[in-house]
Amino acid sequence: MSLLEMSHIKKSFDGVEVLKDISLKVEEGEVLAIIGPSGSGKSTLLRCATDLETPDGGDIHYEGKFGLVFQNFNLFPHFSVLKNITDAPLKVQKREKEEVLREARALLKKMGLEDKENAYPYQLSGGQQQRVSIARALAMNPKILFFDEPTSALDPELTGEILKVIKDLAAEQMTMVIVTHEMNFAKNVADHIIFMDKGIIEEQGTPEEVFGSDNARMKGFLGKLATDK
Amino acid sequence: MNISIAAMLGQLSGGMIGTIGIFFATLLFSLPLGLLVAFGRMSKIKIIQWIAKIYISIMRGTPLMLQLMVVYFGPYYIFGIQISASYRLGAVLIAFAINYAAYFAEIYRGGIESMPTGQYEAARLLGYNKGQTFFRIIFPQVIKRIMPSVTNEVITLVKDTSLAFSIAYAEMFTTAKQIASSQTSIIPLVSAGIFYYLFNLLVAVTMELLEKKLDYYK
Repeated sequence: MSLLEMSHIKKSFDGVEVLKDISLKVEEGEVLAIIGPSGSGKSTLLRCATDLETPDGGDIHYEGKFGLVFQNFNLFPHFSVLKNITDAPLKVQKREKEEVLREARALLKKMGLEDKENAYPYQLSGGQQQRVSIARALAMNPKILFFDEPTSALDPELTGEILKVIKDLAAEQMTMVIVTHEMNFAKNVADHIIFMDKGIIEEQGTPEEVFGSDNARMKGFLGKLATDK
Repeated sequence: MNISIAAMLGQLSGGMIGTIGIFFATLLFSLPLGLLVAFGRMSKIKIIQWIAKIYISIMRGTPLMLQLMVVYFGPYYIFGIQISASYRLGAVLIAFAINYAAYFAEIYRGGIESMPTGQYEAARLLGYNKGQTFFRIIFPQVIKRIMPSVTNEVITLVKDTSLAFSIAYAEMFTTAKQIASSQTSIIPLVSAGIFYYLFNLLVAVTMELLEKKLDYYK
C-alpha cells in the first residue's frame, strides 16, 4: 500500500522552477532516501510533501498522519524535554495523560535520553536535541516520518548517533523519507533512492542501481563528492 | 496657615494612592489592548493594518499631556456634553491605556516578528491550531524576549502618571505641587521625588525578578 503518492508536482519561487514535474510513491515500511546537490529541489520536495509549501501543480495523496524531523530540530525551548514530547499528544490529540507519559518515557529510553526528561533543550548537545525531536515526532504515532537533512546541523562526531537511531527505526519497519547528504548512509539504510538534480528526478531505484548508474549527472555528483573527500 | 511636615505627608499619601492606581489600571488595560493592536498591525487585511498603523502613529507622535486634555475636554468641546469632575479619573485611565497600548503594541510586534519561522512550522507539523500555536508556543517565548523593553516602558509609566496633573487629577504630583505652593515649601516636591524614585526602584527590582524567573530556558 502506498502511504504517500505525489504526482506531477511543480513548484516555482519567483519564476524559478525548483520542482519540474516530480512523481514518487512511498510504500509502507519502505525507507526512501532523496539525494542530490544543493539547489536540486530536494528540500522543497520534502516541504511540499509535508504541507509546509503548497505546490503550484500536481497531486499529493497521504494515508494517515506524518511527522517531520527538521534540520535545526526546532524544539520548543521553553518546554522541558518531556513536555516537548508530550504536549502535542496531550493538547492536540487529547490522549490520556498516563498513556502519553508512558509512551514518551519509552521513547526517551529508546533514544538513550531517559535521564534528560527534565532538561531544557539548550542544556543538550545537538545530537541529543535531534533525538528529542525524533521522539517528539514519533510520539504522534505518524505513519510516515520525514527527515530534512537531519545531520546537517551536527558536528561529524554527533552524526553517527542520529544515523544509528534512524537505522534502528528502519529495522522496526518505520516508513521514512530522508533527505540527506550522507551517501554511505543512504546506501546502507534506504530501500529506494531518488537522485534529484535541477528540479527533476535524474535517477531512482535500489541503492545498487542508483550508485551503479551510468547517468552522467549521477556520476558527476558522486565523482565530485569523492574528490571533495 | 502652615501645617506640620507630618500633615503634609498625610495629604501626599492621598496623591500616592492616585498614582499607584493609575499605574496598575494602565498596565491592566494597556497590556491586553496592546496585544490586540499588535494583531491589527500584523493583520493580513490591509484596512485593519492601516487603522492600527495610524492609531500607533498618532499615539506615539503627539504628547500624552495633549491626549489627556483631548480625552477629558473633548466630549465638551466637540459634543457639548457637560463633564463632571468624576470623569477625571476615567479620562486619565482612558488616555493612559490607549497611549501605552500603542507602545506595547510595537513591542509585542517586534517580539512576535523576531520569532523564527521554524517554531511555527514545528507547531504546524504537530497539529497545533493557530490559537494553540500562538498561546502555547509563540507568546511565552515572546514575553521573555520583550521583557527588557517592557521594563523600560513601565518605568516611564511611573513618571508619566504625573502628567495627570494637566487635567487636575489629584495624583502624587498634583497634590505635591498644591501643597508646595500653599505652604511655600520644597518638602512636598522632594517627598514626591523620593516617592517616584522608590516606586521605580521597586518596579525595576520586580521586573528583574520576573526576568530571572524566565531564565530557566534560553
